[in-house]
Amino acid sequence: MSEVILEIHNLHKAFGALQATQDVSLTLRQGEIHALIGPNGAGKSTLIKQIAGEIRPDSGSIVFAGQRVETWDAAARARAGLARSFQISSVMPDYTVLQNVVLAVQGAQGRSFGFFRPALSDRHLTDPAQAHIAHAGLEGREGVTAAALSHGERRKLEIAMALALQPRAFLLDEPMAGMGPEGARQLTPILSELRTSAPILLVEHDMDAVFALADRISVLVYGRIIATGSVAEIRANPEVRASYLGEEA
Amino acid sequence: MNITRETVVNSAVLALLVLVPVVAQLRGDPFTITLATKVAIFALAGVGLNLALGFGGLISFGHAAFFGIGGYVTGILASHAANYEPLFDGAFTVNGTQQMLLIWPIAIVVAGLFAVVIGALSLRTSGVFFIMLTLAFSQMIYYFAVSWPSYGGEDGLSFYTRNQFPELNMFDPLNYFWVCFTLLILAVGLSAMITRSRFGLALGGARQNPQRMASIGIRPFWLSLTIFVISAMMTALAGSLYADLNRFVSPAMLNWHMSGEIMVFVILGGNRRLLGPVAGAGLYILAEHLLGQFSDYWQFFLGLVLLAVVLFAPGGVIGILTRRRGDV
Ligand SMILES: Nc1ncnc2c1ncn2[C@@H]1O[C@H](COP(=O)(O)OP(=O)(O)OP(=O)(O)O)[C@@H](O)[C@H]1O
Ligand SMILES: [Mg+2]
Repeated sequence: MSEVILEIHNLHKAFGALQATQDVSLTLRQGEIHALIGPNGAGKSTLIKQIAGEIRPDSGSIVFAGQRVETWDAAARARAGLARSFQISSVMPDYTVLQNVVLAVQGAQGRSFGFFRPALSDRHLTDPAQAHIAHAGLEGREGVTAAALSHGERRKLEIAMALALQPRAFLLDEPMAGMGPEGARQLTPILSELRTSAPILLVEHDMDAVFALADRISVLVYGRIIATGSVAEIRANPEVRASYLGEEA
Repeated sequence: MNITRETVVNSAVLALLVLVPVVAQLRGDPFTITLATKVAIFALAGVGLNLALGFGGLISFGHAAFFGIGGYVTGILASHAANYEPLFDGAFTVNGTQQMLLIWPIAIVVAGLFAVVIGALSLRTSGVFFIMLTLAFSQMIYYFAVSWPSYGGEDGLSFYTRNQFPELNMFDPLNYFWVCFTLLILAVGLSAMITRSRFGLALGGARQNPQRMASIGIRPFWLSLTIFVISAMMTALAGSLYADLNRFVSPAMLNWHMSGEIMVFVILGGNRRLLGPVAGAGLYILAEHLLGQFSDYWQFFLGLVLLAVVLFAPGGVIGILTRRRGDV
């Protein structure tokens, strides 16, 4: 069995009376796409936020690359190699594609306190940024401001920014949300290839994409993981069929 | 460097600012030279604020504190030197000075220290709370100056003679203009350099989407604090020059009116435009001078103009003249 990069043990998070995360344990292994599926409001984004360090769990542990990271803030986790994308696109709207990705490269390098050289003529920033932009399928769009991108392109920009962190794990929260079937088809091979750079914890509603991409699937319902297994196992699981996949599955 | 419309407009603004005092000198009109010097000084204060307000997105309503601190440091050092009274006389002696080249760095450092404290406390909040905190701190300093009798209290502090600069006669108004103008150009150059640097890129990111910064490994707080301090230092230098122009400092320099005025220079001329504050300060002084003759209510009309700018031309005068869209 390949090495585990991310390990979550008995995570709990409540918002008042609402148990958004209940005793969640899961692992992410080198080279895999681990899909996290579940109905709306199941707590998928809440789990991603706890792993990324944006909200604190009530209890439980998060081990990333061999280190306990629960007390680290989000910036520290990002620099340690946890890259995430957002369910709702979140980029710097006035910046061009290139500026957004250069900014992420610079964040990963941990060197944002240079005052003298222009960032956009620094090859140590622009060369890797260009590569990540091409990798995410945005070649030729470097000079376009993020606000002027199409929805699908903005999703790709998020991927490019995540790539720029040269992460040891990706947390992708519905990267295909709102892209439509055509957009999803375009993004599927990109994500599939992404797992060779780092494993992916993938939250996704598009079941075609999930079944095409995932090595393992965990099903989250009301904050609880009700099943984890291979694509075939999850498709066959009666409890999953009843609570999530519905009759037609 | 490719020549954009903004470069052309910027050059025209600077050319105008130079031309006015030079022509005034030829015509033997020192008053106009002083007016142009005032524009250069106010513009410098605005260039400082523009770094925090425009590029950093930090709406500081307390920059009068730094302007005034720059002024008071200048006044205090100069008056002690003029009266041969040491500033501090104990185990060692600290004397005042009338050398601008000493006064400026002291004014800048003192204001910078204040800015570290005010910034660190105010940046724990954001939005309207940040505005209110910066205002509150500057008003505290204002009231302190009013009630501090050693340096003139409410009446302010006169220091009768202009401070000195090596090899240049500072009593010649045009010479003093050149000094102020040169510092303004340096500040604009520094702003241009900072905003294009790695730091500037990160700062702009933090302005547009602070939540997103953490997920790429950058903590906005330190960016904001750094630009707040740099911004305060520039404005303090302007305060020092202003004190020297008038040979007088008073609590008015620290008052929130002053904060508002500096903000007007920035917004009128063009928020986040390198030379916005220069155009803004120029128009402000021009309006004060021309309209002020005809009507005591010129500020009312200024208010209307400002309203129009905020609503219809957020890029200010420079924005109108260059009409570029969406670019940073
Ligand atoms: N900050 C918060 N405060 C209170 N309740 C919250 C908060 N964030 C999320 N919740 C609630 O927690 C539950 C889980 O939300 P979450 O966004 O994690 O769901 P999700 O599985 O990502 O859903 P979706 O598929 O719609 O994105 C929901 O009931 C939501 O209303
Ligand atoms: Mg969600």
